[in-house]
Amino acid sequence: MIGLSHYLLVAAALFCIGVYSVITKKNAIAVLMGIEFMLNAININLVAFNHFMAPSQVIGQVFAIFIIGVAAAEVSLGLAIILSLYRQRHLVAIDEMDILKW
Amino acid sequence: MNISAVSLELASLSLGLLTIILGLIFPSFRSKNTGGYLAIMGLISMLIGSLYLPASNTQTFINTFYVQDSLALFFKQLFIVVAIFVNAMSLRYLKPYTKNRGDYFALTFFALTGMMIMASAAEFITLYIGLELMTFTFVLLTTYKKQDLKSGEAGLKYLLLSAISSGVLLYGLSLIYGLTGKLDFSAISTVFSIGSVSPLLVWAIIMVLSGLGFKIALVPFHMWTPDVYEGAPTPITAFLAVGSKAAGFVAFIRVFFHVFAPFTSIFMPLLITLTVLTLLIGNLIALAQTHLKRFLAYSSIAHVGYILLGVIAYSKLGLSAILFYLMLYLFANIGAFAGVTALVINTGHDRISDLAGLWKCSPFLSVIFLISLLSLAGIPPTAGFIGKFYLFTEAIHQGYLWLAALALGLSLVAVYYYLMVIRTLLSGTSEETQPFIIPFSLRLVMIVSAAMTIGIGIWPGPFTDLALNIAQSFY
Repeated sequence: MIGLSHYLLVAAALFCIGVYSVITKKNAIAVLMGIEFMLNAININLVAFNHFMAPSQVIGQVFAIFIIGVAAAEVSLGLAIILSLYRQRHLVAIDEMDILKW
Repeated sequence: MNISAVSLELASLSLGLLTIILGLIFPSFRSKNTGGYLAIMGLISMLIGSLYLPASNTQTFINTFYVQDSLALFFKQLFIVVAIFVNAMSLRYLKPYTKNRGDYFALTFFALTGMMIMASAAEFITLYIGLELMTFTFVLLTTYKKQDLKSGEAGLKYLLLSAISSGVLLYGLSLIYGLTGKLDFSAISTVFSIGSVSPLLVWAIIMVLSGLGFKIALVPFHMWTPDVYEGAPTPITAFLAVGSKAAGFVAFIRVFFHVFAPFTSIFMPLLITLTVLTLLIGNLIALAQTHLKRFLAYSSIAHVGYILLGVIAYSKLGLSAILFYLMLYLFANIGAFAGVTALVINTGHDRISDLAGLWKCSPFLSVIFLISLLSLAGIPPTAGFIGKFYLFTEAIHQGYLWLAALALGLSLVAVYYYLMVIRTLLSGTSEETQPFIIPFSLRLVMIVSAAMTIGIGIWPGPFTDLALNIAQSFY
């Protein structure tokens, strides 16, 4: 029988994968994908808590929908900035963006 | 449903949309400063209107999800004042950078709306939406100088780091939801007041602390601050340094003074450690800066450390000291950033060494820098001294003598680096020979902020009373 803890474990694993790819990836788009992983892990968390702990109200599901919407806005904003940086300087690698330091 | 509780947000949002629509209909509206004048006029009428809103009684919008109490009203008025200053600073500054100035002024309204939602949110979904509205708008405004290589880089760094931090914040919120089954503050705090401490709860508190700590630039999460401050257009840097930080603080106050109130023993040691780190790193790294905006960024990190002393004191007087400090921090920082804006308009550079010989070129600008930096340093005739005095005495009252002593010692270091900048300003010779041209709007911003800095310093009575009343009604 699949219970709450299974969902939470999957979500925690997904979150850790997201954090790992955010930290290690050099490509800005891959970092954005890592952030998507983190946000989706949170969505799983919220929906699972909603289903198992407080099924009478759908607060968790509503929160998950809001997060999906905000994540879409975030990615479009990120891609727009990456595109303009690519046109300007021909780079998408984060470690080469080093005009600003110290 | 109570529309008057959201009247300021609605006004801000509709003015923003109006600015965009007018820009679409009249092309000259986008290329000229008309949008800026409209924005300033709208903001001033919003400020006047907000004075007539009932401050004493708490209004709610839907259930208790959205409250308009005196704390929220105070912060909203603070944000409107910052937005007026920022728009007035932008009028001349933007000219060389972009052809579409109308959108810029519309975006400042959306950032303002996000900050206002954060000030009033009494529920985590609302808080999150306000936070992201503010952050995304600030990312757009940061990247507004399209031709400048620094601007785009700063925007991408800000977006990625803030997305990561909001991911961490959300994970904490999902854990809180799992523990309580609720998301509105009052329901959560009733559950928490009986509840026991579990490891999951400790994790949730740590994650919420780091998520909100990112917004106020608490030290391990401060990395974005200097980069974004340097890359962003200077008026937007002022908006970030004052508005975004104050919005972070109001969320911080609501969450930590209200929702997590039963668990002070858990988060207090953590908060004290981070405050010590913030004070140390902010003040010590500011010593080594050569770039004026980065220097102000590190000094603003140090100021977060001082303000957090009021949170650590965790009392009514501590809260009122925070509110008072935020007021004077606003005027001192706006004065300093308006000075940097004038410097950029005239010389095109913003290094500290560019200030050399400024006294001969423009005594007016030098006096503004002098007043703002002395207030940030906390030298007596200015407001900064009284703000620091209230914060430190309240920390000592609550038994944190060592922490107040550390903050005092580090603020002496701060006096040293502010005085170094002032020395560069007063002595030294510059290549610039022609006198500076400071536009009227910028001049007005400088005069008002300098007058307020001195005024609060000489006659703090009404302002401390205001802060004390708000703190009293919040408790």
